[in-house]
Amino acid sequence: MKISYFHLMPYQDLPRDFETKYRSAWVDLPNEHFDPEKGGQYYRDYIAQLQHADSLGFDGICVNEHHCNAYGLMPSPNLMASILTQTTSNAALIVLGNSLALYQPPLRVAEEMAMLDIMSGGRLVAGFPVGTSMDTTFSYGQVPLQLRERHSEAHDLIMKSWSERKPFAFNGKYTKLRYVNIWPRPLQQPHPPVWIPGSGSLETWDWVLNRNYVYCYLSYFGYQRAEKVVQGYWNTVAERGIDDNPHRFGFLQLVCVSETDEQAERDYAEHVKYFYQKMLWIYPPFAEAPGYRSIYSMRKSVRAQTGKEAAKAALEMGWKDYVEKGHVIAGSPSTVREQLTDAVKRLRIGHLMCLLHIGSMPDEIARKNTELFAKEVMPGMKGIFSEYEDPWWPQALNKPAAAPVVG
Amino acid sequence: MADFRESIFSLRKGKFDIQMVDGGSGPDLLYLHGEHGFSGWAPFLDSLAETFHVYAPAHPGVAESVGLEELDDLWDLVLFYEELMTALGIEGAAVIGHSYGGMVAAELAAHRKGLVSQMALVSSLGLWLDESPTLDFFTLTPSEEARAFWFDPECQAAKSTFVMPDDPEARQEAMIERAKTLSSIGKFIWPIPDRGLPKRAHRIEAPTLLVWGDSDAVVPPEYAEAFRTLIPGAELDIIDNCGHLPQYERPERFVISVGSFLSR
Repeated sequence: MKISYFHLMPYQDLPRDFETKYRSAWVDLPNEHFDPEKGGQYYRDYIAQLQHADSLGFDGICVNEHHCNAYGLMPSPNLMASILTQTTSNAALIVLGNSLALYQPPLRVAEEMAMLDIMSGGRLVAGFPVGTSMDTTFSYGQVPLQLRERHSEAHDLIMKSWSERKPFAFNGKYTKLRYVNIWPRPLQQPHPPVWIPGSGSLETWDWVLNRNYVYCYLSYFGYQRAEKVVQGYWNTVAERGIDDNPHRFGFLQLVCVSETDEQAERDYAEHVKYFYQKMLWIYPPFAEAPGYRSIYSMRKSVRAQTGKEAAKAALEMGWKDYVEKGHVIAGSPSTVREQLTDAVKRLRIGHLMCLLHIGSMPDEIARKNTELFAKEVMPGMKGIFSEYEDPWWPQALNKPAAAPVVG
Repeated sequence: MADFRESIFSLRKGKFDIQMVDGGSGPDLLYLHGEHGFSGWAPFLDSLAETFHVYAPAHPGVAESVGLEELDDLWDLVLFYEELMTALGIEGAAVIGHSYGGMVAAELAAHRKGLVSQMALVSSLGLWLDESPTLDFFTLTPSEEARAFWFDPECQAAKSTFVMPDDPEARQEAMIERAKTLSSIGKFIWPIPDRGLPKRAHRIEAPTLLVWGDSDAVVPPEYAEAFRTLIPGAELDIIDNCGHLPQYERPERFVISVGSFLSR
């Protein structure tokens, strides 16, 4: 399996009474609450934390795209990944990803990702999320009912632009280009691995499996809550007669490691609470514009996890609840290793992404968490699922570290 | 009560199946509903049916009407309604459009002279004023909706019209139906209900009545003034103590106003 370091780059200084004064950390929270001086320091810290993760031996480092919010300050993940191409050397760069429907023409994504792939020596993993309703329909004004079709068409254009070696015309419904001919083109052949983050919508599983991509479930409510959804995914894989290679699946888990279980609470409780209480404080109608989910998914009652559940988690829960319910896997290295190993095996997680900077964690606390995880937890886990190949990983990084030179 | 029938009207060899109610006797009258959705043979339609033959379809994608995937933009939508009117044999009908339906009605009237004989735009969308934005009704919770749409949220009509059921299963189904209506309409007005009508409004020759509640919090009465400036000769009737749904909140007043204008 592969273990990657995921960063949201949150804004840490929301007013204490923010959630009583505002309805949402997303879409309509006035940016008068963003202090650019502090923001600059956060970017410096966060980029250094990603570099630190690379040097500690994480298999990959993950950046992601969000708009008009205090939850994640990466409207352009490609800017962050660009820096990492030059300042890291071992980790896969998992851009998870670019919300394709937001770019017109979406060729911009094909070009920038090609640049990232070349600049990193072929370390790019290309993530193509639809994007949250807050990001896409509200912040970027996309028509909800057309979002998925737009995303799918943009995907087709990007994949073709990466594989064709002669200029071609693209007559899409949303994008029309007489000459598609991207310079540069990616280093990885036939293209960088493609991962699709989703929130459990059923159509996405079929879409991903039809194309043989990785499906990622990015959950903030832990592996226990996710189990039913993830089982649905693996059932779909089985029903379709596709192999159950765990690397078909990626999962995000919040993790807090300290010397002891008790010390974990002392180190991290406040920052985790900030995450659930403030970062996930989202006005429920923003979490689901009418038409964002299909009627089919609505009838199946698969809910976006940023809606009412999040609000409930924000208001009613504390550290003990987060830990008991598995929202956060927290404690001593052995506690964390045991639970995380259990989660990985139960959910068949071939690509584990760990959120180790959480909410309002200052730099030194985030680094402590990251280091303890890398040194005390990760080594005991990397061998899981080693019997499976991982064709969804940059092949330059998949080679054995010390391959003997023959001849 | 006037005789009316419920039907599914098929168009373009079955690409569209449009749910509608129609009934009454007199000149043809087309009613285009707004973002609240299709509500069948409503009391105000029954009153209008005393002097008109009323046709009230559900927009594509709303209720049982299918064919929305055939419509990509406003141009497709206008041509669809022109075809529907032709197929029903009601070209030249009077048209009442409420809110989103008002925007569609105005586009039809601007599209082709004679397609619409007279028109009543009720609390109509279709324009945008920076200084007086329309309410973002896509983001309302059910309880916020109840407050926003009525002058008096406690009135009898408010308690019996568009109410979410208490039973969890029925409520879930009603929420899905609501999302379906809003997403279908949203295809043509998300995120801002302005698709260039001001460029085309000068083409409207149908005599036009603008009907607004004085307390419309969804499409504020400033929009009535804006429509009056854009549509040559448009008349304005502001209804007192009334919100965004005059045909439900003040039905008698509404029917007198609209009925007498369209009977001229």
